[in-house]
Amino acid sequence: MTYDATFRVWRGDASGGDLQTYTVEVNEGEVVLDVVHRLQATQAGDLAVRWNCKAGKCGSCSAEINGRPRLMCMTRMSTFGEAETVTVTPLRTFPVIRDLVTDVSFNYEQAARIPAFAPQARDADGNHRMQQVDVERSQEFRKCIECWLCQDTCHVIRDHEGNKAAFSGPRFLIRLAELDMHPLDVTDRRDAAQDEFGLGYCNITKCCSEVCPEGIHLTDNGIIPLKERVVDRRFDPLTFLGSTIGRRPKD
Amino acid sequence: MELERHDYDVVVVGAGGAGLRAAIEAHESGARTAVVCKSLLGKAHTVMAEGGIAAAMANLYPEDNWRVHFRDTMRGGKMLNHWRMAQLHAQEAPDRVRELEDWGALFDRTPDGLISQRDFGGHRYARLAHVGDRTGLELIRTLQQRTVALGIDVYMECTVTRLLTDDDGVTGAFGYWRESGRFLAWRAPSVVLATGGIGKSYKVTSNSWEYTGDGHSLALQAGATLVNMEFVQFHPTGMVWPPSVRGILVTESVRGDGGILKNSAGNRFMFDYIPDFFRKETAETQDEADRWYEDKKNNRRPPELLPRDEVARAINSEVKAGRGTPHGGVFLDIASRRSAEYIRKRLPSMYHQFRELAEVDITAEAMEVGPTCHYVMGGVEVDPDSEAARVPGLFAAGEVAGGMHGSNRLGGNSLSDLLVFGRRAGAAAAAHALGHRDRAELPEDALADAARAALAPFDREGGENPYTVQHDLQQTMHDLVGIIRNATEMEQALERIAVLRERVANLSVEGHRQYNPGWHLALDLPHMLVVGECIARAALERQESRGGHTRDDFPATDAGWARTNLVCSLAADGSVALTRQPLPVMPAELAEIFEESP
Amino acid sequence: MTTTAPRGTGAVTQGGGDGAPAPRRATISARSLRTDRWWLLPLTTVVVLLSFVVYSTFRAFQNAHYFSEPYISPFYSPCITTGCEGDTFPEFFTGPSFISPAIYILVIPLGLRATCYYYRKAYYRSFWLSPPACAVGEPHRRYTGESRPPLLLQNLHRYALYGALVFNVILTYDAVLGFRDETGEWGHMGLGTLVLLANAALLWLYSLSCHSCRHIVGGRLNHFSRHPVRYRLWTQASRLNASHARFAWLSLFSVAIADAYVFLLATGTISDPRFF
Repeated sequence: MTYDATFRVWRGDASGGDLQTYTVEVNEGEVVLDVVHRLQATQAGDLAVRWNCKAGKCGSCSAEINGRPRLMCMTRMSTFGEAETVTVTPLRTFPVIRDLVTDVSFNYEQAARIPAFAPQARDADGNHRMQQVDVERSQEFRKCIECWLCQDTCHVIRDHEGNKAAFSGPRFLIRLAELDMHPLDVTDRRDAAQDEFGLGYCNITKCCSEVCPEGIHLTDNGIIPLKERVVDRRFDPLTFLGSTIGRRPKD
Repeated sequence: MELERHDYDVVVVGAGGAGLRAAIEAHESGARTAVVCKSLLGKAHTVMAEGGIAAAMANLYPEDNWRVHFRDTMRGGKMLNHWRMAQLHAQEAPDRVRELEDWGALFDRTPDGLISQRDFGGHRYARLAHVGDRTGLELIRTLQQRTVALGIDVYMECTVTRLLTDDDGVTGAFGYWRESGRFLAWRAPSVVLATGGIGKSYKVTSNSWEYTGDGHSLALQAGATLVNMEFVQFHPTGMVWPPSVRGILVTESVRGDGGILKNSAGNRFMFDYIPDFFRKETAETQDEADRWYEDKKNNRRPPELLPRDEVARAINSEVKAGRGTPHGGVFLDIASRRSAEYIRKRLPSMYHQFRELAEVDITAEAMEVGPTCHYVMGGVEVDPDSEAARVPGLFAAGEVAGGMHGSNRLGGNSLSDLLVFGRRAGAAAAAHALGHRDRAELPEDALADAARAALAPFDREGGENPYTVQHDLQQTMHDLVGIIRNATEMEQALERIAVLRERVANLSVEGHRQYNPGWHLALDLPHMLVVGECIARAALERQESRGGHTRDDFPATDAGWARTNLVCSLAADGSVALTRQPLPVMPAELAEIFEESP
Repeated sequence: MTTTAPRGTGAVTQGGGDGAPAPRRATISARSLRTDRWWLLPLTTVVVLLSFVVYSTFRAFQNAHYFSEPYISPFYSPCITTGCEGDTFPEFFTGPSFISPAIYILVIPLGLRATCYYYRKAYYRSFWLSPPACAVGEPHRRYTGESRPPLLLQNLHRYALYGALVFNVILTYDAVLGFRDETGEWGHMGLGTLVLLANAALLWLYSLSCHSCRHIVGGRLNHFSRHPVRYRLWTQASRLNASHARFAWLSLFSVAIADAYVFLLATGTISDPRFF
């Protein structure tokens, strides 16, 4: 059950680096993060890696494994052949700090720009009343563990650093969708989605949905509905007219 | 010395539920507030909480109220809880949950549109506000988004290594950026510790690397005291296979939603382990237990939903008696009792976790589970109303604080604890800071000393590898101060800890200061050691079994110990000193709650 | 303001578009480290879509062999110019003879497919390589997506949908007419009837599973509980939407097959097997 695997790990920092090759023991049932930890404990004590829960719940150990954005803690070694070389590199879309750790502050800057949730008043007895069917759509997006894999894989910013100024990435488009579909929220964020967060940059090629470890349907359930909501507001004369003369409120 | 300096009214150490709630409250009380956290914002261990937030909102059972919740909490803690904390907690939890909705949280709903509540061990009524089985994520995301919306400063990936004090109390804190290894200091008259627990000192644990007990240790060094450190909760159901995921939590909701425990012979063994203390309120037959899920008024709870300490001990005994599974656990079966659709709907992350990590389909097969170190009931001794520690200006909330949960915490009471006492700590810290407008200068010699201590592992050549020392400490705690304890083993543990202390003084790390995990671990190890010593000393002293503390050599609960707390402090020479302290006496109007029928 | 650590500057690698440098990213020269055959899917898409385009262009300009009683090719229905064969629909006008009647018709279904959220993904990936596959670098220097004209027009998808729904009704009507025989007598059925029926059904499934449709029937609401009927419609549309890509391909094939079948009948290459 135990075998020696060949690992290539990117080591370096902002001033440069390269893929270094290690031979490391792998046991039954292990995931990539276990192997990286073994490297740390036995061969490379200063190998920088971010991780927390090791159970796919916190979204810290994001990296690219054989070129695909993945959580290291949820990538089982059994998905690779014993003779296969496993290549682990840091997220490409963000500046590297050291080894597998990247500077993801772009995402925190975007989070701070989102117009905050603004609730309607509570009912007289101090409760908010919502039906399960009303909360389920936004709940899907609130499953997000902020691992930034969708941000990493999105070609809009992965391949075009300059777009970071105009496009906040899939994570924050579904955050806007979540708030726009929130049954209690009273703020209209559709114009902001288009003008400030770059919704139009998304060409719905769905890589974000492919990499999401939580299985969130970012594109089908979040970004496309948000685009349609923007169409209601911006590009559909019928609904625009309807909402302007007040016969057709937001809901 | 190169040092980044900042001025605040309140510095909150830790960005889990308690830390963020404290920061929000301090900010809203008008204090300039900073949050310092070791990980990225939103990654704190609170995200791991699955089941829910216990609050007597009575959305499903009008009979529920704070008195019932208070009673459940005290009985779950085997009456060793600080009564005032348990009272405040039960009274304020519902409002803390409702306020989360004003900040955007989306809980699962009842048919009436209210917040739905679920059953959990030790709670008389369905009481846990929840979102599927990812309630902790919802809690932390809501608080995180609120924190960001308020514009509170967050120092991410930044570790506090020292609290700075003078004769009048706290003056600030010293730490380093994990990313660059550079030092920084905050000048602040109030510091709130919200650093969580100590689980990383154990080999099999549901806790992440952050849980090194650094808050406990910082408080001790600053002159504060720890209470109830002998009580460590082993969650009955952690994963046991494959080895690399051993310890990862399997939520209690599996049992709350109908799951049962079976041994290798297929017997539902929990019926054999009902203690007298809970006999009156626990079902005697499988039929009654099964009826309870539908009709709680006329039936008693299944024994699988006894408090966690009881269930963990029972599993431990079954495995020791040779009735365990091939991988040394017991079976947790919901597949044969609920439909696949129901399981996927109610327990989505458990379904996902077992499918991905163990290749087990929990809608078709039983899970293999066993006890895992989960929570420390002990922590910084605080004033119940203000969460103030014995050092002026120092506050503690959440898992790092002690007293609230007595000898054993009920599931779901942790998240409500974070909210209730996080808020109180934040308010009290702000009030303390706003009352101390004259700020003491940080003493340069203390800063220089802190920097020197932090860099010491780089200066030593050929010393020991921190990963090896950590491994040995975890093994020691697991083997000798684990779920079942005795005097011989704990004395042995203390000897080993003394040896480990010498080894820690001789650690060396390779590389440089920039994002160097080996160095970070070297700085965490002294915290883990002192906490381990506190646990071992207190556990050795308490010659009885109660809640999360089980002694082979003193298996009975002793009425004499029922009124005594053990308090740890740091002696001048750096050793851990232990004192006995009488438990605060409950006022008569609360005591009479326990006279009422269950 | 959220404070983060002070950071230095350093080496540069890709990310600036077309392999141009972006600051401080990890220096990895490979465009992708993927080890699977990621190019297979975009390549297949190109081959299949191009084949369809070539075939449909040929057929649209051919202006012949699109009618064989009682069947009409979906490329030529509704045949609204006086130059049409057959009599399945009122003839409105006489266009210039060099324009095939199919040109008037194909605008709408092509518009629907061109602006369809699924096909957009398919052709952005496979034709424009933006990106060719996930985490594989795209070869463009600049990228603005659908944020400005002409791609801003993709937002008019729902109008194409409205038009396509009208076509679906007509093609369904055509399929019903297939229950006649060559002489116009009702009560008969041949393989062609089945082909047209299947085509109509797949077109309905494709249109009704559309993202815009899902939005219009209920997706735009924020309180489903107050609109139980629309919630039910939305639930159904959502269920279909999960298979939108499949319906997109199947209906594309079915249109081509229906046309080819009529072509083969009209040219006398085959004869229609009659069931009754």
